[in-house]
Amino acid sequence: MSARSNILNKLRAGLAGTSPRPDDFDESLVTRPWQYAPEDRITRLRSLMEAVHTEVHQLTRAEWPARVQLLLEQRGLSNLLYAPGTEHGRQLAEHWRHSAAKPDLLVYDRPVEDWKEELFWNVDASITGTVGGIAATGSLVLWPDRHEPRLMSLLPPLHIALLRASEVEDNLYGMMQKQNWSAGLPTNLLLVSGPSKTADIEQVLAYGAHGPKELVVLILEDA
Amino acid sequence: MSELFYDAAPNATRVAPERAKPRTYPARPEEVTLFGTCVVDLFFPEAGLDAIRLLEREGIRVHFPQEQACCGQPAWTSGYVNEAREVARAQLNLLDNGLPVVVPSGSCAGMFRQHYREVFADEPDTLKRVDDLAERTYELTEFLLHVCKVDWQDLGQPTRIALHTSCSARREMNTHLHARELLGKLANVTRLDHDHESECCGFGGTFSVRMPEVSGAMVLDKTRSLRESGAVEMVTADGGCLLNINGSLEKQHQAFRGRHLASFLWERVSGEAMS
Amino acid sequence: MSQRIPVTELTDSFRGRAVGALADNQLRTNFRVAMDSLMKKRADAFPDEEEREGLRELGNHIKARALSRLPDLLEQLEAKLTANGVHVHWAETTEDANRIVHSIIEAQKGTQVVKGKSMVSEEMEMNDFLAERNIECLESDMGEYIVQLDGEKPSHIIMPAIHKNRFQVAKLFHDKLGVDETEDVNELIQIGRRTLRQKFLEADVGVSGVNFAIAETGTLLLVENEGNGRMSTTAPPVHIAVTGIEKVVENLRDVVPLLSLLTRSALGQPITTYVNMISGPRKADELDGPEEVHLVLLDNGRSGAFADAQLRQTLNCIRCGACMNHCPVYTRVGGHTYGEVYPGPIGKIITPHMVGLHKVPDHPSASSLCGACGEVCPVKIPIPEMLQRLRQENVKSPAEHPKVKDGGAKYSRKERALWRFWVTLNTSPGFYRLFLWAATRFRKLAPKNVGPWTENHTAPVPARRSLHDLAKAHLNQGDR
Repeated sequence: MSARSNILNKLRAGLAGTSPRPDDFDESLVTRPWQYAPEDRITRLRSLMEAVHTEVHQLTRAEWPARVQLLLEQRGLSNLLYAPGTEHGRQLAEHWRHSAAKPDLLVYDRPVEDWKEELFWNVDASITGTVGGIAATGSLVLWPDRHEPRLMSLLPPLHIALLRASEVEDNLYGMMQKQNWSAGLPTNLLLVSGPSKTADIEQVLAYGAHGPKELVVLILEDA
Repeated sequence: MSELFYDAAPNATRVAPERAKPRTYPARPEEVTLFGTCVVDLFFPEAGLDAIRLLEREGIRVHFPQEQACCGQPAWTSGYVNEAREVARAQLNLLDNGLPVVVPSGSCAGMFRQHYREVFADEPDTLKRVDDLAERTYELTEFLLHVCKVDWQDLGQPTRIALHTSCSARREMNTHLHARELLGKLANVTRLDHDHESECCGFGGTFSVRMPEVSGAMVLDKTRSLRESGAVEMVTADGGCLLNINGSLEKQHQAFRGRHLASFLWERVSGEAMS
Repeated sequence: MSQRIPVTELTDSFRGRAVGALADNQLRTNFRVAMDSLMKKRADAFPDEEEREGLRELGNHIKARALSRLPDLLEQLEAKLTANGVHVHWAETTEDANRIVHSIIEAQKGTQVVKGKSMVSEEMEMNDFLAERNIECLESDMGEYIVQLDGEKPSHIIMPAIHKNRFQVAKLFHDKLGVDETEDVNELIQIGRRTLRQKFLEADVGVSGVNFAIAETGTLLLVENEGNGRMSTTAPPVHIAVTGIEKVVENLRDVVPLLSLLTRSALGQPITTYVNMISGPRKADELDGPEEVHLVLLDNGRSGAFADAQLRQTLNCIRCGACMNHCPVYTRVGGHTYGEVYPGPIGKIITPHMVGLHKVPDHPSASSLCGACGEVCPVKIPIPEMLQRLRQENVKSPAEHPKVKDGGAKYSRKERALWRFWVTLNTSPGFYRLFLWAATRFRKLAPKNVGPWTENHTAPVPARRSLHDLAKAHLNQGDR
C-alpha cells in the first residue's frame, strides 16, 4: 500500500457514516466591515501603507516618469530595472530619452540563471506595474509575468510600484471576485503591503530584511 | 437552518458551539439552595455563611442540604472521568428539586453550568437533568446583581480594594463583570485595577501540586501585582484562588491578604465586621 | 496526589526544564516583554468584538468544513496541483518525508538548500537529516537563522528567537560570523541580509512551508514579512514545499477570513508584508521561478488525531501562536521547556499525536486550565477541553484502551486508588460530614508540610467549624 492510500484510507475511516459540513460561508463578514466610499479608498490605502514605511505619491499619468527620475536621483542610484514590453515601460523609456536621465535602464530580458550575480547584487531599483490595490489592508496586487518576472519586485533595494487609482478595491474578497481569481491564477500571485521587514530581534522593527528596503507607490490619477 | 444539525454521527466533524446568548434572569425566587463548595466548606465557612446572610437579607429562604459535598471538579480536571461522574451524580440527585442553586464560587458554578454536560455526555437521559440544573445555577454575585437586583447602602468606611476573578469564573460565568458591578454599588469602595488582572493566579486545582514551580511563579507575580495595586486588600469570589493567594502571601510573610467577596459584601451592607 | 520528586531527577522533563527556565531572569524578562507586546498588538488589531467573534466563527466553520471532506480535498488538491505542473508526494512519517525531500535534492545533485520558515520541516528535523547526507540546509528567516547559528531550536512558532535579546544576538554574530559586535538591530539584520542573500543566490533547492493549500485552484499560499519565503520559493531552481495534511482548504475565498485571522492574531497586522500564492513552476515563457515545484504532504500522527471527532478539532490550527502569546505558563517558562517542536498550548494538544504521550507525559497537566488560549484561538479550538481529554487518556489503564498514541502514560494504581477514596468521601454524606468534623476538630494537627503545596504556600488550616456546621446552626434546620 502506498503512503497516499494509507493516509486517505485512514481519513476516510474516520469520516465513515458522516456527511460533509455545509458551506455556510458568509461573505458579509469579510466585506461589510471593510467598505469605503470611493474617495476614502486611496486615503485608507495610503495611511496603512505609510504606517509600514511605504512612500506614497499621488500624481497624474503624465507626471510619474519624471518623479521616478527624481526618486532615483535623490537617492543617488545608478540603475533601474524596468519592463520595456509594457505600456508604462515604454512611457518611462520615452521620458528617459527626452530628459537624458542619468540612471541606467536595465531590462529583465533573459532567464534569471544568465545574470543571477548581477541581479542579486547590482540592481539598485526596479519599477513594476500592479493589477490593483486593496484599501482594507493597504496592499498591492502583483501578477508577475514574462515582462515583469517574480524577482523584479523582490531583489532590488528600492521597488517602485505603479497603481492606478481606479483599480483600488475595498477588500481582498472584492478583488478576488472582480478579477475572478478562482478561474485561473498566475504561477505566482503576490500581495505586497510594504517593504520587507522583520521584528525577529526583540520585536524591534527593521526594514529591508531580505526584500526591498524601500517601497514607493505611485498612485496614478486617471485625469 | 436544519443544516446546522446536518449530521448526528458521533464521528462527525465538530464546529464550535454557538456563542452564548446573554442570560435572561427570573424574578426573585422565594427560596434557593446554597451549594457551599468543598473549599469554602472547610477553609472559608464564614464566607458561605455570609452568602446565606446576603441572600436572606433579600428576603430569600436559603436551604443548605447537609448531604452536599464536592461538585466533582478536581477529578474531572485531572482526567478521572468515572470518578468525577460518580460524585457529580450525587450532587445532581441532591439538587434535582427545581430550586435555584446559588454557588459562592465561579468555578464550581461553571462546573454545573458547562462541564456537567461533558461529564454526562454519554447519558442522554441524565443530560436533560443536567441542562435543567445548568439553567437554575447562579454564581453568587450574578444572583445578587441580576436576580435580586440588590439596592445597597454602603455602611463601611472608605476603602480601596483589588478584585481577583478566577479564570473559570471569568471565562465561563462572566463573574468579573458581575462582581465589578456589585462593587460599584458600594459608595465607599474604590476598586483598583492591578497589573495583568485577567491572568491566572496559578492555582488550577491539582496544577498547583503537579507543577509547583510554575504555579509558584504565577502566584508570586499575582500577589506582587495585587500588593502594588494600591489596594488595602483583595477580594475574590473563588475559594481556590483565595487559598492559593493567601497561602502564598503568608508564606512570603506579607501583611496583605485577600478575602472572600461574600464576607466583604456582608460587612459593607450589614455594618458588622464579621469574619 | 502527586509525589514530591526532587527536581534534580527531572531535568529531562517539562518540570525539570521549567525549573531551569524560571531561574533565568533574562529569559523570563525577554518572554514577558514580548508576550505582553504581542497580546496588546492582537487586542488592537481586533477593536470590534462583534467583528472578531463573527470572523472566528467563520474561521472555525471553514476549517471544520475542510476537515469534514479532508480526503476528497486532498485528492482535489493533488489533481489541481498536478495539472498545474506541481509534483505531489505523500509521507506517513517524518522519516518518509525526509527521504522524499532528499531524493528530490539528490536528483538535482544539490548540495545547498535554503529554507523559508517551516514548522513542518522542524517536525521532520530536516536540517539534521540532510546534514548527515552532506547537504547544507540553511534557515533564512532571521529568527530561525539566529537560532540555527546558535545550535538551538525555535522557542516560538512565529518568533523563533524571541528568547534572545539584541546583546545575545550581537555576541552570536560576532562569534560565528566574525563581524564587529553591534547592538544595533538594524545593523544586525543587515548582516543577516548580506550573508543570506549570497546563500539564496547559490542554493540548489529552496524549501518552504505552506500556510494554506487551496484545493479549488491548486495553490500554495505563504505569508511572511521578510521576503525570505519569496526568495526560497523563487530564486533556487527547485522549490519543495512541505506541509501537514490539515492545511488544505476548499476554496480560494476561504483564505480571506483565515488570512485576516492569522495575521491579526499572530502579530496584530492587518496583513503580512507578503502574501505569496504559488500555483505552479516557471512556465516556458517566464524568466524566473523554480523549474520544479514539489509538495510533500505529511501525516505524522495527524490522521490519528483525525480519527477522533473531539481531537480532530486540533487540526483546525492555523499556527498563529496566539495561544502561546496569551499563556501564563508559556510566558514564564518559554518555548524550549516544552522540549518539542510545537510549544505552548497548541503544542500540548498536537504533540502527543505526533510523538506519543510517553514522550510528553507532562504536557497535558502543565496547564492551570485558565482558558486564555481557547479564548483567543482564531479558529476556536477548544484547547482546554482538549487538554482535559488528554488528561483522561493519560491516566487510563491499559484495559481501558487509551485512544491517543501511548495513552496511559500517567496511569498509576496508587493515584487511581486515591481518587476512588475521594469518590467514597464525596458520595457518602455521613462519611463526608465525619471527615469535616474530624478536620475541623483536629485542625491543629493538620500537617505543616503538604508536599509541593508548601513550597509556595503555608499549609492550609481547616476552619474551626465547617460550613455544614455553621449553616445548620444558622438555619436551625432539619430541612434540606
